[in-house]
Amino acid sequence: MAKKRVIFYLNQFFGGIGGEDKADYAPEYREEVVGPGVGVAAATADNAEIIGTIICGDNFFGQNEEEAKAFIAETIKANKPDILVAGPAFNAGRYGFACAGACQVAHELGVIPVSGMYVENPGLEHCRSFSWVAETADAAAKMRKALPIMANLVNKLALGEEVTPEGDKYHAQGRRECILVDELGSTRAVNMLLARLNDEPFETELPMPTFDEVEPAAAIKDLSKATIALVTTGGVVPNGNPDRLQSASAQQWNKYDISALDELKGEYFTVHGGFDPVYCNEKADRVVPLDILRELEKEGKIGKVHEIFYTTTGTGTAVANSEKFGIEIGKELADAGVDGVLLTST
Amino acid sequence: MATITTISQSVGANRIVPTVAIPYPVGNPTLSAEDEHAMRREMVERAVNGLATEITESTQFE
Amino acid sequence: MRLEQNLIHVKDVVAGDAMGIENGVLTVDIEGLKQCVLEDDKIKSVEIDFAKPGDRTRIVPVKDVIEPRYRVDRQNGFPGVTTKYEECGNGVTNILKGAAIVTIGDMVGFQEGVIDMWGEGAGWTPFSKTLNIVVDITPVDGLDPHTHERVVRLAGLRASTFVGMAAKDAAIDETNVYEIGTMAEEVAKYPDLPKVAYVEMTISQGLLHDGFLYGVDLKEIVPTWFHPNEEIDNAVISGNCVAACDKITTYQHQNNALIHDLYAQHGKTINYIGNIFSPELTTLDGKFRNCDYTAKLCHQLGADGVIVSEEGYGNPDSDLVMICKRLEKRGIKTALVTDECSGWDGTSQPLTDTAAEAVAVVSSGNVSKVIELEPADKVIGNLKSAQTLAGGWDGCVAEDGSVKVELNAVIGATSEIGFHNASVKLY
Repeated sequence: MAKKRVIFYLNQFFGGIGGEDKADYAPEYREEVVGPGVGVAAATADNAEIIGTIICGDNFFGQNEEEAKAFIAETIKANKPDILVAGPAFNAGRYGFACAGACQVAHELGVIPVSGMYVENPGLEHCRSFSWVAETADAAAKMRKALPIMANLVNKLALGEEVTPEGDKYHAQGRRECILVDELGSTRAVNMLLARLNDEPFETELPMPTFDEVEPAAAIKDLSKATIALVTTGGVVPNGNPDRLQSASAQQWNKYDISALDELKGEYFTVHGGFDPVYCNEKADRVVPLDILRELEKEGKIGKVHEIFYTTTGTGTAVANSEKFGIEIGKELADAGVDGVLLTST
Repeated sequence: MATITTISQSVGANRIVPTVAIPYPVGNPTLSAEDEHAMRREMVERAVNGLATEITESTQFE
Repeated sequence: MRLEQNLIHVKDVVAGDAMGIENGVLTVDIEGLKQCVLEDDKIKSVEIDFAKPGDRTRIVPVKDVIEPRYRVDRQNGFPGVTTKYEECGNGVTNILKGAAIVTIGDMVGFQEGVIDMWGEGAGWTPFSKTLNIVVDITPVDGLDPHTHERVVRLAGLRASTFVGMAAKDAAIDETNVYEIGTMAEEVAKYPDLPKVAYVEMTISQGLLHDGFLYGVDLKEIVPTWFHPNEEIDNAVISGNCVAACDKITTYQHQNNALIHDLYAQHGKTINYIGNIFSPELTTLDGKFRNCDYTAKLCHQLGADGVIVSEEGYGNPDSDLVMICKRLEKRGIKTALVTDECSGWDGTSQPLTDTAAEAVAVVSSGNVSKVIELEPADKVIGNLKSAQTLAGGWDGCVAEDGSVKVELNAVIGATSEIGFHNASVKLY
């Protein structure tokens, strides 16, 4: 098998140009192995060949990001590497940011991005989901520990071998891959409990998620002038489900003009697969209370009910999708001048 | 407006109105039509009033 | 309680005109089976077909899977449901091991699922390994949804008992004994072993979201303690609920993998003190009450450790972490089994709710993983129905008969009672 082609990305310091005074150094490409590349080259010689090195000043990258990225993209297109290695950047913030940018360019061009960073490097969050970022110490004094980890990643990725965060010491990308394993779930559960009862080590298969905190929106000053919108995750759609909203694991949201309706009853039903639909299908206002909101509108308690109603299915829908839907729907509501939203969930 | 308000709190919702049950958050088919309407009306008004209430942290309007 | 399960290993299944089994070949009396299903005048017609491991056959939409059994000298069926009430858990049962009744038919909701007997799909369902006797049920027109569901559910149970008659006088290949005495007896026998209970959460939320113990709808009970033998001896049936991937079919109650694995440790590493049903309700008060009640029962039983299995996902995640929190606060160690909704690419938040106390969790898979199923040579049921399953979507069935679905739509794929071997690995 042909050796994989590797390009390194380094900053002015590790590229041997100079220190802080050279941080404005414009990017250049050299067909040689430089600095940390030497150690990696030796350890990956069987599987990979370092064909060159991009060197760019950290300030240059920070202040001319588009130009720096364009240079990296050009270099990749001209030299056709299989892998790009950026850093290691340890805990250097500007360098980490530049490495993340280089990884992003590589990723977008189908080149495997490898880097090395300390867990608190702010660049990590910009590239970990699509790069293999080795866990390193916070300072360059630990270069000798970082390089073997990066070299191992280069070797395994060059050979197309599986890598894991624990086994290969990289910052987990956060992709939870569903796989088939040897043992039944029941056996794994019993063994996990036994380990706990015997005070032996065990590893959870599902670390608990953490959720965002959101700043509360300001109160509506005058309800009688306010436009209130209806939004639901209850899968409520017009009869016949014209836009084919999914019954679970929604990949879309839909919107419908309800300005001509006084209630949803008879016109709308639910496609939500996660609850007994009989009561909602009798009267969809039990999930989306348009009828009551119309009463409040007629009585002047609220200014008006927003003409457009937004809907999706909550059950089994990935939180990432929900966040995306929320941002998209929220933007439309804000653009339409809506003051408040009744969001009903089932 | 949600029934399992523990989830609403976990995911960071700020103005929360506890509702009746998952399949009919703003309804209750076990009540007579009149009683159900009165209950629903009170709940929606409470939600609308919640929108007009200044808060500093996640708050349940019960 | 002492239960003897006599296994008759089924190696093949053929059509015939009388029930019987010889040398592992099960003969099914097709006409008799049809008549048994048609006993209910709410059923218009029925078709019987077979699907065997390795066949390029797709079954869809599947409602329930049931193991055919003969209960020796006892109420033969499901006590409190298809027969008179009788306590389950003591006695002898002959089991046609390796065979299964699979019910299909018109859609009632979105909870039905797919079984592929070969290829990629087969790996994701435990029911690609059983010899499936597929019962395709068409009820009379005009039934309301609740009645429709009940008619189909009961028909499947009757069919399993009819087929199970073949086990009545069959030669026994293997016998397994399940015996656990009273708390006092077992504690006296194993004074030094930690006491472990199993909390089985069940969706209890209405149409297609119910389960039944001796015919009692679980949403009507407060959490209750029961003997593991009762569940594996036909006391519990599925209400054909939840998404296909994690609904507990009747077959999975009859063969609950956690019960089997806890039994395997009983008297060796643990003292298995029994099961608790914890219904997952649709009201917050109901959830608080049942979660408190469950933790209290475990505490009063003196449990040192508890395994909690969820059914479904979404709002039940809340019950799961609340039960966990309450148990851990009482000093009882927990291990939880749940599946997760991590999105098509596996990068989304896996659960709806969270608790710091949930430190030991088995993931039985990502329900939103998308799999591609090649065209089948034979489809039993209605291929297009895959588009309306939870986990399918409009256009997920291609012209050539290939299907793209989430695991959501695959029966038993992410079984939260650990009946399958799916899991999740972080990359």
